[in-house]
Amino acid sequence: MNDIIKVTNVSKAYGGVKANVDISFKVKKGSITGLIGPNGCGKTTLFNSIVGYHPIDEGSIEFDGNEISHLRVGDIARLGMLRTFQQTKIYTKMNCVDNMQISVSHRRNSKNGIFASRKGEIRERAEDLLEFVGLYSKRNLISGDLSFGQQKLLEFAMALMNEPKVLLLDEPTAGINPTLINGLIDRLGRANEELGITLCVIEHNMRVIMNLASHIYCLSNGKMLAEGKPSELQNDQRVIDAYLGGH
Amino acid sequence: MMRRSTFITYAGLGLFGILGPILFPAYTLSIAYLWMMVLMASTWDILGGQMGYNSLGNITFFGVGMYVSAIIQIAIFYEPGVREYTSAMGAIKPEFTDQQYYWGIFLGIFGGAIAALALSLIFSTFMFGLRGPYFAIGSLGLAIAAAEITVTINYVGGASGISMPMFPGDIEFRSVFFYILCFILAVLAHLVIRGMLSTQFGLAINAIRDDEDKAEAMGLPTLIYKQIGWGVTAVFMGAIGAVAGNMAGFIDKEVAYPVPTFGIFMVAMVLLGGKGTLWGPVLGAIIFHIVKETTWTYLLGWQWVTLGLILIINIVYFQQGIMGWLQSKYPEMFGIVVDQSNINQEKKES
Amino acid sequence: MFDNLQLLFVWAPIINVQVILDGIFVGAVFALCAYGLALVWGVMNIKNLAQGDFVILGGYLALVLHSWNLPLPVILVIVTIVMFVYGWSIYALIIRRIVDKDMFVSLLATFGLSLLMQQAMNLYFGPEVQTIDMKLPVIDAFDNMVTIPYSKIISLALAGIITAAVVIFMKKSRTGQAIRATAQDARAARVLGIDTDRVYAFTFAFNSALCGAAGVLVSVIWVIQPFYGITYSVRTFAIVTAAGLGNLPGVISAAFGIGLFEKYTGMIVGTAYEVAAPVMILLLVLIIRQINMKRNRQVVR
Repeated sequence: MNDIIKVTNVSKAYGGVKANVDISFKVKKGSITGLIGPNGCGKTTLFNSIVGYHPIDEGSIEFDGNEISHLRVGDIARLGMLRTFQQTKIYTKMNCVDNMQISVSHRRNSKNGIFASRKGEIRERAEDLLEFVGLYSKRNLISGDLSFGQQKLLEFAMALMNEPKVLLLDEPTAGINPTLINGLIDRLGRANEELGITLCVIEHNMRVIMNLASHIYCLSNGKMLAEGKPSELQNDQRVIDAYLGGH
Repeated sequence: MMRRSTFITYAGLGLFGILGPILFPAYTLSIAYLWMMVLMASTWDILGGQMGYNSLGNITFFGVGMYVSAIIQIAIFYEPGVREYTSAMGAIKPEFTDQQYYWGIFLGIFGGAIAALALSLIFSTFMFGLRGPYFAIGSLGLAIAAAEITVTINYVGGASGISMPMFPGDIEFRSVFFYILCFILAVLAHLVIRGMLSTQFGLAINAIRDDEDKAEAMGLPTLIYKQIGWGVTAVFMGAIGAVAGNMAGFIDKEVAYPVPTFGIFMVAMVLLGGKGTLWGPVLGAIIFHIVKETTWTYLLGWQWVTLGLILIINIVYFQQGIMGWLQSKYPEMFGIVVDQSNINQEKKES
Repeated sequence: MFDNLQLLFVWAPIINVQVILDGIFVGAVFALCAYGLALVWGVMNIKNLAQGDFVILGGYLALVLHSWNLPLPVILVIVTIVMFVYGWSIYALIIRRIVDKDMFVSLLATFGLSLLMQQAMNLYFGPEVQTIDMKLPVIDAFDNMVTIPYSKIISLALAGIITAAVVIFMKKSRTGQAIRATAQDARAARVLGIDTDRVYAFTFAFNSALCGAAGVLVSVIWVIQPFYGITYSVRTFAIVTAAGLGNLPGVISAAFGIGLFEKYTGMIVGTAYEVAAPVMILLLVLIIRQINMKRNRQVVR
């Protein structure tokens, strides 16, 4: 029961294009797992299959021991698995605190009622988490007015507000100012350690992913190319070839 | 703690609501219709403004509430039944005692609201998988279908309609009675909406408006929120429909399902006042009603053309409405914080 | 209700021929306006709720021209031209300002336009039901069980000619290619030097002309009335929703399908449901599409 996500032999095709072929993939509970690969190799398709954006053609996807490949996005999210988006998605006409407050968990056992008050404990937690990602001073701004990097941080904070068991991050550092990246890596690590959230990260920035992840999978052309510890993959000739355009 | 401007607004509207029919007795029914329109606009805004689901079919609940209320009022106190009542139209009308009438109308309002609520739950099973234009067109289809189906039901008089039980009091008391009903329902609707919007529910439906995919991805059980939103709309539309039917004295397809009049008025009023704000619909309804009442009679047959024009001009040139315009002009008045430094910085970057 | 069912399938199955023919006649008309809607929807993302009122306006224009004793082909040409100009001016006045706005704006603005046109026509032409009587002979077949007026055959042929012309125009002409390019990617088209504003204006005017032509045929084979527009709007929405955008064969077959369905329901459950039937079809199409999308973990958008 150590693997919180277990993807077994999953295939997915769009029309004639085979985006994922026979992919198997595991994420250990409490770990940080990386997913790398050249552009268009099917990483985001795999994410979308896991969180339920489209049906898969073959295979099975288990979350915490339950089959989830037939469930829809909302049901999967309520089981405790969230994802962030490559193109950041936030509620652009609401302010940051409101964005945070509505992101509370909606799992069955949670106490967050439909007509719960907006004040009190929820608000405090929202402000604490904004502080955690460094957006406290912007908390009353309309979120659509934030810069792209700040919106990414906000989206990350919203995901934490939901207290997920697993968080899938799609390129968390893309488009972020390089000076902020170290801060973000630090926050990701702390979210994993202090809040006990299992992370699964798609990332192009090799420095980031090699520092962050304990186990990395590499996709290429829709197939699983290699897996292993960061140090193993760094020296794997197949991975280097894939990135240098060996195809 | 209530802000001073809010308090003044409530006090002013409350005073007008109470003193209106006393000071201008000739306009009692007209002001009653004003409150009815405030209710319609406010409830439309729950879905249309706050949730981003633009319904063109809320008038369905109005009509269903009206018909269900009529059935209840007649069926309970008239032995031979509704069918006999409608087919005997034009003949002697049964006399209802005072007690029967008032019991009938209150039960009717209640029943109309419940029936509308039930209907909204049925609709929600197949309407909320539709987004954007499909929802709007689908809901318009519901209103048209409801009207056409009602006409074919002989039990409620078919195309010839039902004339409602006679009001037992004199004509002035009748106006005041219906005025009070409309006023109470409008105030109730406003307070319920205000209360709902101040809780997590308000944030949730705003989130659905801004990005429903994101809301789903965050695990928000969106369907429940949509059902509650439409359900509240339906309850009040059903109740006011029941009142409106008795106010009109006679109901048929045109009175019960006024798609091109009230069905569109409510949207126009919200757009005029500013959608997605608490006061926009109220303000829009008041302005719209005053303009309509003062100019309608001078337009002689061209009023509908004018209405179409108003709608088009409103939408094409003034989409944000009065409250929306005020909000973007004076954001600090609404507690919206704008970070100048941030905006300037972005300008430099781009 | 069941009397008519028995009539159709037991006593006089030959009546089916009549119903099917009628379905084809009206289907051809629906196809014209549905293709127009699919075009404006696909190219400029405008959901035109005044579609049906364009049809009715075309019908009234034909009525006026007919009273001047002009022959049908001439009427058709004139109405098409007038409606083209009308569509262009509506674009310039209203649609241009809402093209890039969100979808509800276009829906509501065209609904306002629809109200305006209905009422204006009501004031000008009166609320009576009217039709053009071409005074053409009627063919009787199968022992007078089936009647086919010449006017219907002529209008079917005209609808076919118009459709063929439209297909050739969209495929071969420069403007047609510009329209299709804009539909695929307006921004790319603009970069490549296509004047998208002109394309939009032309598309909307073209749609209006198609509706006008359909209106002429409606006034010949059927009846027109200022408030009948909404049923055509609802039908075209149902057809386009069922067939999808930019799919001419799909639009045509869906149009015939809805024509047949409507004629059969009219025959079986009676004419009281004449307005309700297209609305029911629309709701049915929407529900079926939702079920399909749900299977793919998606929604109808």
